Amino acid sequence: MTTTVLPRVNYLNVRTTVASWMLTKDHKRIGVMYLVVVALAFFLGSIMAAGVRIELTTPQGDFVSADTYNRMFTMHAVFMVFFVLIPVVPAILGNFAMPLMIGAKDVAFPTLNLMSWYIFVIGFLFTVAAMVLGGVDTGWTFYTPYSSNASTSNVLLAGLGIFITGFSSILTGLNFMVTIHRMRAPGMTWFRLPLFVWAIYATSLVMILGTPVVAITLFMVVLERAFGFGIFDPRLGGDPVLFQHLFWFYSHPAVYIMILPPMGVISEVIACFSRKNVFGYSFVAFSSLAIAVFGFLVWAHHLFVSGISPYSAMIFSFLSFAVAIPSAVKTFNWTATLYKGAIWWRAPIMWVFGFLGLFLVGGLTGLFLASLGLDVHLHDTYFVVAHFHYIMVGGAIMGFFAGLHYWWPKMTGRMYSNSMAMLAALLVFVGFNLTFFPQFILGYLGMPRRYHVYPEEFQVLNVLSSAGASILAVGYTLIALYLVYSLFRGEEAGANPWLATGLEWKTESPPSPHNFPETPIVNEGAYEYSKREIKVA
Amino acid sequence: MAGHISPKRVYYTIFGALMVLTATTLAVAFINLGALNFPIALGIAITKATLVILFFMHLKYSSRLTKLVCGSAFFFLIVLFGLTLSDYLSRGWSTAPGGFTTGAGTRVTIGPATAEPAEGAPEAPAGAEY
Ligand SMILES: [Cu+2]
Repeated sequence: MTTTVLPRVNYLNVRTTVASWMLTKDHKRIGVMYLVVVALAFFLGSIMAAGVRIELTTPQGDFVSADTYNRMFTMHAVFMVFFVLIPVVPAILGNFAMPLMIGAKDVAFPTLNLMSWYIFVIGFLFTVAAMVLGGVDTGWTFYTPYSSNASTSNVLLAGLGIFITGFSSILTGLNFMVTIHRMRAPGMTWFRLPLFVWAIYATSLVMILGTPVVAITLFMVVLERAFGFGIFDPRLGGDPVLFQHLFWFYSHPAVYIMILPPMGVISEVIACFSRKNVFGYSFVAFSSLAIAVFGFLVWAHHLFVSGISPYSAMIFSFLSFAVAIPSAVKTFNWTATLYKGAIWWRAPIMWVFGFLGLFLVGGLTGLFLASLGLDVHLHDTYFVVAHFHYIMVGGAIMGFFAGLHYWWPKMTGRMYSNSMAMLAALLVFVGFNLTFFPQFILGYLGMPRRYHVYPEEFQVLNVLSSAGASILAVGYTLIALYLVYSLFRGEEAGANPWLATGLEWKTESPPSPHNFPETPIVNEGAYEYSKREIKVA
Repeated sequence: MAGHISPKRVYYTIFGALMVLTATTLAVAFINLGALNFPIALGIAITKATLVILFFMHLKYSSRLTKLVCGSAFFFLIVLFGLTLSDYLSRGWSTAPGGFTTGAGTRVTIGPATAEPAEGAPEAPAGAEY
């Protein structure tokens, strides 16, 4: 391995002062800045998760009190959901790669893009303040009356933090949509767009249409808490179930904000590393839009045991089953893409395989929970916890790492150690399954979520789960180590280390401040791999 | 966006219509129409909002893409209201002939605050915990 310097002017070395970063309008730099904040949020969320898993190694409540435990799992989820899972792929990889992929110089509104980052950071600081001042004990769902008149914790601060962050999400979605409509390079027609761009487009739709609702809902909680409005309080003519309707109207589609962009990443990586065109391109593209739209019609599957009308529950159960179809379309098409492909064993495709396995388990267990009868038994048990971690960590985080490992050479101009990255993918996959598979069994056996104590007979499975979590921690640490190491000692990657199609690989690594020396012209589809030489590793 | 300039007459007409509709809202508030109270108030409000968007905000003269964007926002509002109401409107319905009801009568519903407990509805089970 040789240590080389990158003398050329690129977006990283064009100016290196702190001010040049804090005032940058370069979408690539803003993507990197999101990476820093999200990594911080991930670290805080992980510390909270570690506390939860340590407490649950024994049946007794010997590590923390019940109240502290409530605050730990709430802060874990608040950080992970609003400051990691939602921004992780669209804000980091979307910002960095999407304009490059459509052959644009930047996003449509670069200043707005920088402003979105600042709004995100302000919201993050509010939430960190809520944690430092003692945390929130309501669960990340902020259900009333836990969050309105029954709670004594920092609901106002955290709610405000999430409210503010929501605007970052809305503005980013708006920016991306306009960019995709207006900034495509000549010849980049809608059906030549890489599938990642389709996924980002569908995600932006959800961000714009859904986020205002959760922002208003949290604002109503703030009004109720601070000024005694009776929107959710039955004594004043309100209805606590109305909160759940409004909250999940956003928060179910939010799962698609988390999972659609990683799905786009999967399409990119799977095509590149099996050296094939994506099977059924237009079906994969439209299934993203279908997920975005139908994802808005299923929210009350979270309310089956909250006292909603059984007729309404039947409608939502049916629609929840229906939304599995577009996800299945994607999964089958990816598998068909791999079929007879020339699989190139490099780190990114390892994360894709991890994604496929975990997303499959996560998606199919979702159907268990969409069944009206079974949900009565499984609701609020560890089965649900395992299910959504399979979707959100197994899907979103594995997809993010696939994308990060895929675009890292483009972002930094340097290669990481492939064998280390393969090892990390394996560690995370094994650690993840060991952490969360026992939770399916625990939930099936009836262990409820959100308690810091449990009956003796659940201990073996809980210890297994905690052991898995420590393997996960080793895996994540390893990733941080070899990626940081590669920044200083990594081999120079060159413009196109994966021999990939796609405009982002046509420019240098790292790209120059304005992406392309001249506007690229597109005259073929996104995945013309069959026409290219196959590199045998 | 620049472009269309409407004659003043249009603005005055729409303003007049909005005022008349406001007066109607006020007048209707004094008449008890039972179950229709809420739909009528909402209907007038939607009409007014539509007038504002079409004429004052120039949607009527905008491109089809702008219309599509605006229309999809309304579509999602209908989804939010419609599917939420699918719960509230059917809460009191019995699930089996002579069987149990959801006890929805004990809940407060959206709309007129006159909702009575459904006939023969049992009390919500005391201390139901999940
Ligand atoms: Cu859901």
